[in-house]
Amino acid sequence: MADTIAAHEVSYLEYEGKHKGILGWVLSTDHKRIGLLYLSAIMVFFFVAMTLGILMRLEMLTPGETIMKPQTYNSIFTLHGVIMVFLFIIPAIPAVFGNFIMPIQIGAKDVAFPRLNLFSWYLYMTGATLAIISLFTGGGAADTGWTFYVPYSVRSAQNVSFTTLAAFVLGFSTIVTGLNFIVTIHRLRAPGMTWFRMPLFAWGLYATSWIQVLATPVIGITLFLIILERLLGVGVFDPALGGDPILYQHMFWIYSHPAVYIMILPAMGVVSEILPTFARKDIFGYKQIAISSLGIALIGYLVWGHHMFVSGMSDTARIVFSLLTFLVAIPTGVKIFNWVATLYKGSIKFSAPFYYVLAFIFIFSIGGLTGLVLGALATDIHVTDTYFVVAHFHYVMFGGMGIMFFATMHFWFPKMFGKMYNEKIAVIACTIIIVGFNVLYFPMFIMGYMGMPRRYYDYLPHLQGWHILSTVGSWILVGGIVFMFGNLLYALLKGPKAAQNPWGGTTLEWRVSSPPTVENFDEIPVVTGGPYVHDKPTYIMHPSKELVHQDGDKSKKEKVTH
Amino acid sequence: MIEHSEALEHTAALEHTAPHVHRDDEGSKMGMWLFLFTELLLFGGMFLLYGAYRFEYAEGFKVAAADMNTFIGAINTILLLTSSLSVALSIAAIQQNQKKLCLSLLWFTLLCGLAFLVNKYFEWSHEIHNGIYPGGPALENMSNGEILYFGLYYVMTGLHGLHVVVGMIFIGFVMVFISRDKITSTNFQKLENAGLYWHLVDVIWIFLFPLFYLLH
Repeated sequence: MADTIAAHEVSYLEYEGKHKGILGWVLSTDHKRIGLLYLSAIMVFFFVAMTLGILMRLEMLTPGETIMKPQTYNSIFTLHGVIMVFLFIIPAIPAVFGNFIMPIQIGAKDVAFPRLNLFSWYLYMTGATLAIISLFTGGGAADTGWTFYVPYSVRSAQNVSFTTLAAFVLGFSTIVTGLNFIVTIHRLRAPGMTWFRMPLFAWGLYATSWIQVLATPVIGITLFLIILERLLGVGVFDPALGGDPILYQHMFWIYSHPAVYIMILPAMGVVSEILPTFARKDIFGYKQIAISSLGIALIGYLVWGHHMFVSGMSDTARIVFSLLTFLVAIPTGVKIFNWVATLYKGSIKFSAPFYYVLAFIFIFSIGGLTGLVLGALATDIHVTDTYFVVAHFHYVMFGGMGIMFFATMHFWFPKMFGKMYNEKIAVIACTIIIVGFNVLYFPMFIMGYMGMPRRYYDYLPHLQGWHILSTVGSWILVGGIVFMFGNLLYALLKGPKAAQNPWGGTTLEWRVSSPPTVENFDEIPVVTGGPYVHDKPTYIMHPSKELVHQDGDKSKKEKVTH
Repeated sequence: MIEHSEALEHTAALEHTAPHVHRDDEGSKMGMWLFLFTELLLFGGMFLLYGAYRFEYAEGFKVAAADMNTFIGAINTILLLTSSLSVALSIAAIQQNQKKLCLSLLWFTLLCGLAFLVNKYFEWSHEIHNGIYPGGPALENMSNGEILYFGLYYVMTGLHGLHVVVGMIFIGFVMVFISRDKITSTNFQKLENAGLYWHLVDVIWIFLFPLFYLLH
């Protein structure tokens, strides 16, 4: 009983349950601690993959060999892709902030399956460990690119089996998290929180989770088949035995295209949280944003073929896939317009997270529009497998999900750690990041258009100017990122105490203390209105006291009127 | 007002439970169904491959399928169908508090699963003995269609066999819970989930059997 009382009052950071010290973290089933476990692991891998990225850019500074051999370059771009995609982009926002914030936002004490939640972190760590082992065993890390295209991935002498096994295990980890979130959102919403009173971050996670559950098994079996193919030579993807490599590409993209939306939808959810908070205004078009998330998830399933316009498909198939690709732009456009409309006549407070979101809208729009260039058949054929694709991908993934990950960190940092960071430095870092980002990736659009192929180790001398510019951009960007994390790290150690609601947010997580207590709420709140109402409270935090009180008032009033 | 009183009841119900220990049978079942979706999609990828290659190599698939022993396949189908029935009955038994009956029905299920695996073992070793396995001497001389047929046969039935084993382990754990009275007539969601999983194993076999044994 003493524990129960303590659990109501002590913050989750200080709480000491059955296990003490480090065991209290790695054996904890508290969704907030698991969120932080993910955060620490994900940060490590982000910095590893970022370092690989800088090394690649450094290599491209001059034609021919600069700092590494071609084989090393191949392994490095593969690892950069695999780590960024599977260990950072896919899990970062759902596994860290989805775990930490979403249950509080819907008024729950934890996720539906807390132990399964911890298990998914262990799966993640297992997958990560396998990826690291693949570096040092066999022939070294895979050199196939993160797409593992056959037949090369079957024939490569490098350690492709281990790397694919790692991706396979990581897939399980996301499935388990997705399954957990779906059940949590269905079963644990606080009383009164109807579907359309749910914060949009939860909506974004809900759509994401469905894609995770329904698409990830397909990549699981596909990668598993590559391993079998390498070990036993079953033949399903081996042209020599009658297998069809194009079929592999289909199966890979049946997962990996929806996975692009796994990466971006949670980020879009956070945008919809941050904008109404800093515009001091209800979000414009709540239902449209919520449903457009599902729309993106649904159409996102049917567009995988646009990755294969040049690999051999019938013209009918290509035209259909191209049309469907254009259709995805509609729900995305709905979101962008609604976000901008939210700002209209708002009373905007320019704080650090808000700057990151503005950066996101700008950069993501460039990424989205160049996506349409790739979705159109004729232009796609011109720029297929060039730096144009690399640039587009980084504008939507890094500019979309990556920048939003930074925004999310700045938005919920005071809530998670109960500390405040220096906002001025955060804004300066944001500016440096935006400048560095564009200097790094925009030249790639131009180089791609000029014919610079992706994944090439060498290039013609006339491209060198652009390559130098891009490499300089990578230094600026990394400088900005290090500056930003330095600021947050300093705040973590020495920052002033954060208020319960530093931004004036309206969702439930701002109604609990910073950092939250172990149980989040001492009593499950009752929800009486939408998530972004600024002028009146829409939550009853202590229903057992307040509701009785209200009822008492009512009966009094009734007596008076009678 | 109705909403409010419902809300109060809900919070009251939650407060009676200890922290982090809440029981939600409906949620647990929903989680299981979602997991089954993922399993279906996992096999869905394989069925997609089967469909594509059957379309491409209709002739080779026909020739290869003639090699299958339909009799053993049929026996295995009967075994799995019967075991699905016994799992379903075991749930009915626990609901009526008949613990012993429930346990013996589950033992029967396990026995069927085991018999299925034994049959599968003999089938596989027969093929392997004849040199029909990936890279095997007999398979190497066959047409591409036949190679793919047997490749898919080993992968799909192998993966299915793995699921049979996992299902048996799942049921084994549930039996321990039943004998320790952790699963009772009022709290039997774990057993129901194990049953759902076992049915999935059964359903997948119902598709594998005609695709590999009956379609000539």
